[in-house]
Amino acid sequence: MPEYSEKVMDHFSKPRNIGEVSDPSGVGEVGNPVCGDMMKFTIKVKDDRIEDVKYLTFGCGAAIAVSSMVSEMAKGKTLEEAKKISNKQVAEELGGLPGNKMHCSNLGADALHKAIEDYEEKQKVSAG
Amino acid sequence: MKTINLDYAAGAPLDRAVLDKMISFFTEDYGNPSSGHSLGDKPRKAMEEARQNIALLIGADSKGIVFTASASEANNLAVKGLIKAGKKKGDHIIASAVEHFSVLNQLKSLQKEGYKVTLLPVDSYGAVNPEQLEKAITDQTILVSIQTANPEIGTIQPVEKLSALARDKEIPFHTDASAAAGWMELDVEKMGVDLLTLAGDQFYGPKGSGALYVRRGVRLMPLIEGGIQERGLRAGTENIPAIVGFGEAAKVARENLEERSKKFAALRDELKESLFNSIPHLHLNGHPENRLSRNLHVSVSFVEGEALLMRLQMAGIYVSSGSSCTSQALKSSHVLTALGLSPELAQGSLQLTLGPESKAEDIPYITEQLGEIAALLRNMSPLYHQYLKEENSNA
Repeated sequence: MPEYSEKVMDHFSKPRNIGEVSDPSGVGEVGNPVCGDMMKFTIKVKDDRIEDVKYLTFGCGAAIAVSSMVSEMAKGKTLEEAKKISNKQVAEELGGLPGNKMHCSNLGADALHKAIEDYEEKQKVSAG
Repeated sequence: MKTINLDYAAGAPLDRAVLDKMISFFTEDYGNPSSGHSLGDKPRKAMEEARQNIALLIGADSKGIVFTASASEANNLAVKGLIKAGKKKGDHIIASAVEHFSVLNQLKSLQKEGYKVTLLPVDSYGAVNPEQLEKAITDQTILVSIQTANPEIGTIQPVEKLSALARDKEIPFHTDASAAAGWMELDVEKMGVDLLTLAGDQFYGPKGSGALYVRRGVRLMPLIEGGIQERGLRAGTENIPAIVGFGEAAKVARENLEERSKKFAALRDELKESLFNSIPHLHLNGHPENRLSRNLHVSVSFVEGEALLMRLQMAGIYVSSGSSCTSQALKSSHVLTALGLSPELAQGSLQLTLGPESKAEDIPYITEQLGEIAALLRNMSPLYHQYLKEENSNA
C-alpha cells in the first residue's frame, strides 16, 4: 500500500459529501476505468455560490480522499473562488500525495471545474 | 484486532521444521562446501540432500538441479542462459502472454537484440490452447516457455500437450513451475519439459531460494560467471541455509502434497461459495476447477482494487489486487488483460491465497467484511449508479 498521510486516510475512511445533488446546476466528469480513476461531481449553484456539492468516485484511496477534500473545499465558495482551487492545492490540503498518485488520482479539481463550466454553459443557453 | 492473511502467495511463514533444519548452518556448520578440509563436509552433504529432495518433488535426477536465489533468476538462467549458449538454428522464441515478468521482460530485451517473440494468447480462463502453439512454431523457433500454473489467477496450463508439440520439433521447452511446485504433482518426465523453474518460498521454504531443473544434454550459458559451483552454471558461494531450508520444504511439501492440496481446495471452495452466495456482482477469474488449490481470484464489479485492499486492511484482512493503482507501473495486471477482462473488472480484482493459518472459522468474517466494503464503495461508485439507472430503465 502506498504511504498515505493521516489526512488522506481520514478522508478515505470517512469520505464526506458522497452522492449526487438532486436537480444539479452543473455536472462534471473526469477519468475512466482504464486509468483506474473516475469522478463525477454535481453542484447546486445559488447566487453564484456553490450551495451544495457531491461526488461519486470509482478509484483508489487517493482518488476517494481527493474527491472528499475537493467537496469540502468547494462548498460555500463563490464560483470564482471555486475555479481557483487547483489540484496542487488539494494535494497540499491532504498533507501531500505519493508521487505516482499526483497525476492519475488527483483529478478532483478538474471534475469540479467541469461542473462549473457545465453550469455556466447552461446559463448562457438559457440567457441567450 | 484480529488479522487474516489472504496473501500467502506474496509471503508465507517458514514451516517450523524447515527453520529448525536451517539454524545450525548459520552458526555451527558454517563451512564452505568447496573447501578441501572437513569443515565443508557437512554443508556439502546437506546441500546434496536438499538437491535430492528438490529433485524428488519434480521427479527429476538431482544432477539436473541448479540452485539460484529466486524463481526470477531461474527463469533468467533458463531463457537467456539457453539463448546465449552456442549458435542457434533460429531466432524465434514463444511464450504465453500470461508469463511472469521475469520471463516477459527478458523477451522484451531479447526483442531489442533482434530476436523474434510470439506471445500466445490465452482463453478467458487463462489457459493456452495447444493449437495456438502448434501454429506459432516455425523452423526458426529455438525456445518455448510456458508456465505450469499462473501465479495470479491459478489456472493450470496443459503443459504435457504443449511440450509434446515442442519436442516433436526438437525445440527446448521451459516451464515456470514456481507457483505450482509443492501444490500439485509434478514430474519432469511426464510433463516432457527440458527446463523447470522452482521457488522454495512458494511452499513454506525461505525467501532467496530458487532452482532451475536442467535436463541432461541441454546446454546453458551461466548468467553469473566465476567459480565452478553448480556445475559452472552459477558462480558464487552457495547460500547453504537457504538451500537446506528449500530442500526441507520440498520434502515436507512432497510428503503432504495430497493432504495440503485437498485441504486447501476444500477451504478455497468454501470461501468461494460463501462470497458468491452473499455478495452480488462478483466475477470469478481463472479456471473454475483446473486451478491451484490455494488460489481464489475474484473481481468485485464497480469498484477499484486499491480501495478494496485498503478497506480490507482496516478490517484486518490482507489481500492483493491486480488493479493499476496497486502496481508500481500503474498498469492493471497483464494477466487479467490477457483474459479479455474489462478494464473495470481488472481494476476491481482481488487475489486471495490461502496458507498455513487459514481456517474455515474465518470465512464468515471475511464474507461479511468484503460484503460491507463492496456495498460501501459501490454506493460511491459512478459505475454502480449508472448500472442501477440502466436496470431501472430496463425494468
